[in-house]
Amino acid sequence: MTDRRDAHIHVPVLARVEGEGALELDLRDGRIDTLRLRIYEPPRLFEKFLEGRDFREVPDMVARICGICPVAYQMSAVQALESVFGVDPGPWVRRMRRVMYCGEWVQSHALHIHLLAAPDFLGFDSAVAMAAKYPDEVRRGMQLQALGNRLIALLGGRSVHPIGTRVGGFHHAPAVSAVEALLPDLREGIDQAEALVRWCAGLPLPDDDQEFVSVALRHDSEYPMNNGRLVSDDGLDIPIAEFAQHFREHQVPHSTALHATLNGQPYLVGPLARLNLNADRLPQSTGALLTDLPVRFPSHNMFHSALARAVEIHAALVEALALLQDYRPDVPGEEVTPRAGTGYGCTEAPRGILWHHYDVDDAGHIAQATIVPPTSQNQGRIEEDLRLSLEAFGLAHPDDELRKRGEMVIRNYDPCISCSTHFLRLQVRRT
Amino acid sequence: MNAKPPINTRPRVAVHKFASCDGCQLAFLNGGEALLTLAGLVDIVHFAEAGVVNPEAEADIAFVEGSISAAKDIQRIQDIRARSRYVITIGACATAGGLQALRNISDSGGWLGAVYAEPEYLDSLDTSTPIASHIKVDMELWGCPVNGRQVLGAVRSLLSGVAPIDEQDKLCLECKRHGNVCTLVAGGAACLGPVTRTGCGALCPSFGRDCYGCYGPAENTNTEALGRRLEGLGLVPEAVAQRFLFINSGAPAFRAAGLKWKGGTHD
Repeated sequence: MTDRRDAHIHVPVLARVEGEGALELDLRDGRIDTLRLRIYEPPRLFEKFLEGRDFREVPDMVARICGICPVAYQMSAVQALESVFGVDPGPWVRRMRRVMYCGEWVQSHALHIHLLAAPDFLGFDSAVAMAAKYPDEVRRGMQLQALGNRLIALLGGRSVHPIGTRVGGFHHAPAVSAVEALLPDLREGIDQAEALVRWCAGLPLPDDDQEFVSVALRHDSEYPMNNGRLVSDDGLDIPIAEFAQHFREHQVPHSTALHATLNGQPYLVGPLARLNLNADRLPQSTGALLTDLPVRFPSHNMFHSALARAVEIHAALVEALALLQDYRPDVPGEEVTPRAGTGYGCTEAPRGILWHHYDVDDAGHIAQATIVPPTSQNQGRIEEDLRLSLEAFGLAHPDDELRKRGEMVIRNYDPCISCSTHFLRLQVRRT
Repeated sequence: MNAKPPINTRPRVAVHKFASCDGCQLAFLNGGEALLTLAGLVDIVHFAEAGVVNPEAEADIAFVEGSISAAKDIQRIQDIRARSRYVITIGACATAGGLQALRNISDSGGWLGAVYAEPEYLDSLDTSTPIASHIKVDMELWGCPVNGRQVLGAVRSLLSGVAPIDEQDKLCLECKRHGNVCTLVAGGAACLGPVTRTGCGALCPSFGRDCYGCYGPAENTNTEALGRRLEGLGLVPEAVAQRFLFINSGAPAFRAAGLKWKGGTHD
C-alpha cells in the first residue's frame, strides 16, 4: 500500500532560493513524522560586527547582509538611527527614499516571479528553460527587474549595495535629466506590470486555503513601505518600538536562522500579508486593476503570493512615477549630530517586515544592535504550510512529486536564506 | 592568470555559493538579455539560485561566491577545484573573506568558540577566509559586489582564449577620468580611493562621498601614507583602523594597515 508507506525525502540543495537551505521530510506509516526546512548557511554575525562602529558606517554595513534587498536594510537602519538622533530629513528625502524602495520591490519581486517561482507553476526547471516557450513573458519580467534596478541606482549609484543612502538623507540628489530619462520607461513599465498582473492571475496556481495570521506595517494613507504601525489580522496594533514585547525569537536545532512567533504561533510576513492588510491603501489605478481580477484579497491561499508580488510591482511603479514626475532636486538631507539613545526601525522589505534596534553611545558608536529579518520570521509559517500543503496534496504521491510540491511551497515565500542566517545571536555565559 | 588553450564549444559554467549575501550572483541574474545570451553560449551546469542544481558537475569555468566559514565547506571547495578547469572568485567574500572576516580580528576573539545558546547545532569556524586560502584560484574578481561587466567580461575573454584583464589600478585614476572633484583633497573626506582597486565606476566620489574601499586594495598601495593623511584630517587612530578594517578587512594590505593603526604601534 503506497499510502501507508515509510519514506525519507531529502532535498539537499534548494534551487531557486537565495541562500543555502534544504528540505527534510520523513514519512512513517503514511503520516508525516518529521518535516524540516533546514537552513545550514553559516551565520555571519553582523550584529556583533556593528558593535563599536561609527553610525555613519551602518548603512554600508547592513546592506551587506542581503544582496537582494540591501535597500530595506539601509532604510530600517537610517530610520532607527535618525530616531535616536532626533533628525527629520524632511519631505524630499522621504519621497526619494520611497522611490528607491519602490525600485527594490520591483526588482526583487520581478526576479522572484520570473526567475524563481514561475518555472514551478509552468513546469520548467529554470527561467532560461522557460524562456524558450515563454520568451515574451521572461523578457518582460527581466525588463521590469532592470527598471527596478535603475530606480535604485538613480539614488544609490548601483542596485546591489547602493552607496547613496546616509543617516540624515542621501549623499547626492539626482539630476533632473536623469529622472526625466526614466519617466517614459516608468510609464511603459506600468503597462507591462498591468499585463503581468493579469498573467499571474491566470497562472495555474494550486487552490489551497489555510488559516494563518498576517502581519504587516500599516500607514494612515500610504501602502506601507517606510513607515507605519505593526498590525495583524488578529487584532495586533502596536508601535514598532514594542515589537520585542509581542514577538519572540528562538533557536531550533535544524536552522542557523532564529524562528519567530507571535503569541506563541507562527505568522506570515511579506507581500500577501501586506496586501491582505492594506489593499485599501493601494494607489487608485492598482486598486481598480485588482477589482477586475478573479481573485479577492484578503486571500488565505498562500500561492496568491505570486499575484500579490505582481500587484505590488504595479503599485510601486505607479508610486514611483507619481513621486518623480514633477521632480526637482533639493538639499539631499540634514546634518546629523550624534547623541546617546535607543532607536527602532521597521520597514517593509520585499519579503516582509525588517525590524532593527540600536543602542548608540554619545559619540555615535553602536553599542548594541538587533536585527530581525523577514525570512527568519516566516520559517515557522513555512514549516506549518509544508505540513498542511503536503497533507492536502496527498502523501500517497510518489516521492518526486512530494519533493517538487514541497520545494514549490517553500519557494512561494521567496525565502532569503542569506539574510535570515546572519543573526544567530550569541549568548555568552560567563561564570 | 596564465591563458590556457581556448575552451572548446559549449563550455560548462558553474556558479557555487559559500557564506555570502548572494549579491555577486546578481551580476548574472540582473543581466537580463545578457543572461539569455550567456545561456546560449555555454552550458550552465550548476547555479542553484537560477534553478540548475548539480553541485557535483564538472565545469570549465567555476565561479565561486562567498567565503569559507564552516568546516564542511573546506572539503566542498576542494572538490570544486578538482572538478573545474578554471576557478574564478567573485566578490569580496570569496576573494578576501568579506565583511564577515571582521570576526578574524575581533577583540572578543572566539565569539564562535564561546558558549552559544545551543552550540552543538552549529558548524561554524572561528574565521572567514578567502577561497585562495584553501585552493589554487585562477582569477579573482574584486568588488562588493562585482558587476555584470566584470563577470561577463571574464567569460567573454575565456571563450576567446585570452586571459581576462586584471584591473589593479587605483580608483583615483578612474575618478580623475570622470572629472570628479576630489573628495579627499578638496572635500577633506577620509577617501580610500588612493589605495582602492578600480572597477566600480568611481561611484562614491561621483556622489560626492568618500570611497570606502569595497573593491579591495589596488596594486602597490601606499596605505602608510594614506593612513597618516587620514590622521591629518582629524581621524583618531581607531577611526583610521576602521577605515581599513571594513568590507575587505581580510585583504592583506588593508588588514596590515588596519591592525597597525588599531594596535597603536604606529609611529
